[in-house]
Amino acid sequence: MIKLPESTEQIVVNLLRLANTKLPSDVGWALEAAAAWETSSIAMSQLGAIMDNVKKAELLGRPMCQDTGIPVFYVKGKFDSSIRNDIRSGVKRATEIIPLRPNTVDPITRENHGDNLGKGMPPIHFIPTDDDFTEISVLLKGAGSENMTRLAMLNPADGQDGIRRFVIDSVLDAGGRPCPPGVVGVGIGGMADDCIAMSKEAMLSPIDSENKDEVLKALEEDLFVAINGSGMGPMGLGGSSSVLAVRIKTSYCHTASLPVAVSIGCWATRRASARITETGVEYSQGAEI
Amino acid sequence: MKILSKPTEKDIRSLELGDVVYITGDVITGRDEMHMRALKYLREGKEVPSDIYNSILYHCGPIMSKKNGGWKVVAAGPTTSARMNSLESDMIRSFGLRAIIGKGGMSADVSAAMEEIGCVYLAATGGAAVSLAECLSADGAEWEDLGMAEAMWRFRAERLGPLVVAMDSCGNSLYENVRASLRRA
Repeated sequence: MIKLPESTEQIVVNLLRLANTKLPSDVGWALEAAAAWETSSIAMSQLGAIMDNVKKAELLGRPMCQDTGIPVFYVKGKFDSSIRNDIRSGVKRATEIIPLRPNTVDPITRENHGDNLGKGMPPIHFIPTDDDFTEISVLLKGAGSENMTRLAMLNPADGQDGIRRFVIDSVLDAGGRPCPPGVVGVGIGGMADDCIAMSKEAMLSPIDSENKDEVLKALEEDLFVAINGSGMGPMGLGGSSSVLAVRIKTSYCHTASLPVAVSIGCWATRRASARITETGVEYSQGAEI
Repeated sequence: MKILSKPTEKDIRSLELGDVVYITGDVITGRDEMHMRALKYLREGKEVPSDIYNSILYHCGPIMSKKNGGWKVVAAGPTTSARMNSLESDMIRSFGLRAIIGKGGMSADVSAAMEEIGCVYLAATGGAAVSLAECLSADGAEWEDLGMAEAMWRFRAERLGPLVVAMDSCGNSLYENVRASLRRA
């Protein structure tokens, strides 16, 4: 872990402010492209309200959505165990000063301590590498979209057609509930838990960066066209823009398994990364995990 | 621009699917916990805030900040209405709700209660929290112990919208129409 004048806690506050108040430019462009091909007037009213809101949020420095979600953290590179507490204190401070909505509760008693902390919160994924930097990324996941997450343990015989069917049905069955059009993250392979984790990680990379795997790239495009051709539209009210991008991540799996996970994001795909090196901190709004 | 302000049953029944409306007037918020408490108090014969009766109920858990002794609405977009499906028919019938603002739509039995009482479902744009907050001022809250998101906030709306009539008071639902014609390629 490299020591800088700016504390890690402050970097976490900056990350949460950036992710909450400014829509990543790649997502903004995708929304504008969606509006350009939309023909339904109701759909246009929804996309117009979204873009108006994005501008106001950035201008006023306020969270673009009241559901500031659960911030899911990814720490990559070199780091030591103190970073866990730094992230926790950053979340607590950001909750007070940005402000964020206090969202975390005990699952049984539903008790809310008002600080977005509590057992297991926030979730932090650690990815140690030999790089000479520490990179902290955050993905804000609201409940409207998170509640639509689906996992299927398909049979290998179901193949690509089975994957395709499951992804399309998951998105269409969710309808307007996860605030479409958003980014759909798909995990294929791994163990059940890895599969779901991959489906979230897939949302972190900018949607204008192409999948390097040709087969996956073709599947992403196929799903993108099929879902947008469904007629579901913004907020499930009908129209031609139902998804901004489909991103797939894979890993090897058991020869007898074909796990597929679908994480549905809302239009407000909110992410931010900070790469910390010896010379300073560089902020961005997309990262490869 | 169609503006609803203290709508009567007749006003509500005249709204059609796809109409775009704005609200100027009183709106209360309520999510899962507010619904559960309102219905529980009613069952137990306890007093329920009078604002609920004949109200416009907004499925919203806002971000609020305390400023100069008053409350400021920071962000206030709609939450997913389907979570309240099992509670809403009772709410509509017990309190005579006139309109529900939310996102994603509600179930067929809620639609039936809406038809019976004369109530509509208005779709607000999910996530448009700052634009919608700019149309709202707060007049305090009931049941603040439920937490910021779950409390029942009393809002005064000034041209709150655009809101799409997505479920009317004749049993029609735009969501159902869209769902029925989905192309599952």
